[in-house]
Amino acid sequence: MWDRNQMASRAALELADGMYVNLGIGIPTLVSNYIPEGIDVTLQSENGMLGMGPFPTEERIDPDLINAGKQTITELERTSYFSSADSFSMIRGGHIDMAILGAMEVSEKGDLANWMIPGKLVKGMGGAMDLVAGVKRVIVIMDHTNKSGDSKILKECTLPLTGKSVVHQIITNLCVFNVKQDGLEIIEYADGVDRKKIEEATEAKILN
Amino acid sequence: MGKIYKSASEALDGILFDGMSIASGGFGLCGIPENSINAIKESGVKNLTVASNNAGVDDFGLGILLQTKQVKKMISSYVGENAEFMRQYLGGELELEFNPQGTLAERMRAGGAGIPGFYTKTGVGTVIAEGKEHKEFGGDMYILETGLVMDLSIVKAWKGDEAGNLIYNKTARNFNPNAATCGKICIAEVEELVPVGQLDPDHIHTPGIFVNRIFMGSHEKRIENRTISER
Repeated sequence: MWDRNQMASRAALELADGMYVNLGIGIPTLVSNYIPEGIDVTLQSENGMLGMGPFPTEERIDPDLINAGKQTITELERTSYFSSADSFSMIRGGHIDMAILGAMEVSEKGDLANWMIPGKLVKGMGGAMDLVAGVKRVIVIMDHTNKSGDSKILKECTLPLTGKSVVHQIITNLCVFNVKQDGLEIIEYADGVDRKKIEEATEAKILN
Repeated sequence: MGKIYKSASEALDGILFDGMSIASGGFGLCGIPENSINAIKESGVKNLTVASNNAGVDDFGLGILLQTKQVKKMISSYVGENAEFMRQYLGGELELEFNPQGTLAERMRAGGAGIPGFYTKTGVGTVIAEGKEHKEFGGDMYILETGLVMDLSIVKAWKGDEAGNLIYNKTARNFNPNAATCGKICIAEVEELVPVGQLDPDHIHTPGIFVNRIFMGSHEKRIENRTISER
């Protein structure tokens, strides 16, 4: 089984040199700690920044410089700033190469639900609907099952969708799936995980 | 040039009315028009419809207008940091229209640019698309969203001049340039107000034509999520 950091480091292997990438809040943010040597990627933050740097030291904290998770952040030499409308021109317009996001549920068709639980959790979609609609490749990182052990990888999502047929790859604590036309394909097992364990934890159709 | 006011309450004088619509700049607590929000609270104006990406936190930003029940409806993309918001919404006291963040920004941009509607792929196949016109372009499905024109927009910039030209700082720009264009009246608050000629015309983010009234405010700039590294 992989922990959060191992899932993030696995996701980082999907990055290619020169990519523009948007990382979601939570485990996806950790991906920036594992960018492979020799791979140069530019991180976009949808609140209006391209070229996001690391967290600041105490002395360098600037309330005017935050990421989409409202965390204080720093700039790089390559950084540019822009308005929210321009930011989503990049996202919706297909200029961002990859988005790595968290999820509550994913279906075997690549449907994604990650923004609300009716009657319980009403936070909003933020930029997630725009990201999955416009970004070239969408990768989800999440635990394979919820706290009660139920599969989060389903035939059909039960929660309100963020997007339909938008997820290309799912990285969980158990394995890596590619989303195919008619189901999910296992392309990698986490350490110490066998096919039976994945099958037990997955409601969606597994092709191989 | 007649755009300069001494304070938020002076700048807002004669503009506010019950039931009006307001667009606000800001992302989280970053780049929010703190002074105008405080003055709107003091005025007691109510039944407001407010378009803003977020709703502040309980005791700062737009959250203070929720505490006083001055807001009837919010148009936002994310309200997760506000417990009072959640309480009022789940209790049916507050209307909420969720807009995807990019759709909200584009609705402000379009409204300010005289574009009453636009098609976007964002939200197709979700609850956001329900009841909206669908149209296919090049084999892909899109939905019709409308431009937002609001009675008032309130924005915050770093520097401004007597002509209303604005320059923002870093990610405190966010929704401010878009909100500035979509209000029938736009009030800008700045950290530094300078005479014309002091700002480089090539560095202006919001040209003064969009700004009706401007004042210099003091800004707390509260940090929502202080995150530091050791190095």
